[in-house]
Amino acid sequence: MFHLPLANILTEPVGVAHYVSVGAILFVCGALCMATKRNALGVLMGIELVLNGANLNFVAFGSKYLRSDVHNLGLDGQLIALFVIVLAAAEAAVALAIALNFYNSHDSIDVDRADQLSG
Amino acid sequence: MEGIYWPSFFFWLFSGITCSFAVAVLVSTNIVRMAFYLVLSLAGAAGLMFLAGADFVGAMQLLIYVGGTLVLLIFGVMLTSQERFVEMKTMAGDWVKGFLAGGALLFVLIYAAFSIPVWRGMERTAAEAVPVTHTVTPIAMGLLGARTDAPDRPGYLLPFEIVSVHLLVVLIGAAYLARAKRTRTIESN
Repeated sequence: MFHLPLANILTEPVGVAHYVSVGAILFVCGALCMATKRNALGVLMGIELVLNGANLNFVAFGSKYLRSDVHNLGLDGQLIALFVIVLAAAEAAVALAIALNFYNSHDSIDVDRADQLSG
Repeated sequence: MEGIYWPSFFFWLFSGITCSFAVAVLVSTNIVRMAFYLVLSLAGAAGLMFLAGADFVGAMQLLIYVGGTLVLLIFGVMLTSQERFVEMKTMAGDWVKGFLAGGALLFVLIYAAFSIPVWRGMERTAAEAVPVTHTVTPIAMGLLGARTDAPDRPGYLLPFEIVSVHLLVVLIGAAYLARAKRTRTIESN
């Protein structure tokens, strides 16, 4: 089904599909982290994992070592990955400030406690 | 069986580190251990980026992400690490639902990735013939708006400026949001 001959797993180059699979694993782990963690900082770590999975995909689609056809992102993939890294840093700073504010005002970091807006 | 193709070996090494520590972040209940596993997972992702020929992006991943963003997160962990928040268990029903949905999504994504023939990798001789180029100068020129690698593609000067101003706004806003609330504590005392 997957056409993955295990015999030459170390003698043949890997392709975009392998990188996309690693990105998919990071994405699913991050999404499940966001959904199941009750600590607000655990949710933030899930977001970091998701953004990293996306970054890995951008880099893989732009790499000339993984696919040789003309439909290659080239350097655009790496440039977008750089922007994602910077935006992730900014997002972490703001989200951490909000989490600390919440901790100061509620004396708790449990996201289930943040329910003032529920009707 | 001829010689090992070392980039593939290192791909499996780094992807094993990245994926196993990402799963460890997911299943761990201790927030301090989660932060440590996340550092290792993102460092493995940086190794994968080096292997894909993105040397500058991999270095930035190590510097900004592992060295900056995660240190910020670890400071957050330390500032909020009361006894009762270090270990927070997830309810069992959440785990079951989460693993069902996540497993289905993971299966679909990996199946779709490997069902495209051109994504499965090149021949070994073709991969070894690809010339090695450094990416720092083309990335810098692309950020300045004058692409040297593909002159027909647009530059990134405007997004670069927007991201710069955005970062400034975010840093001021984060400092404002996270500042110590002296008046409230004095009143409550």
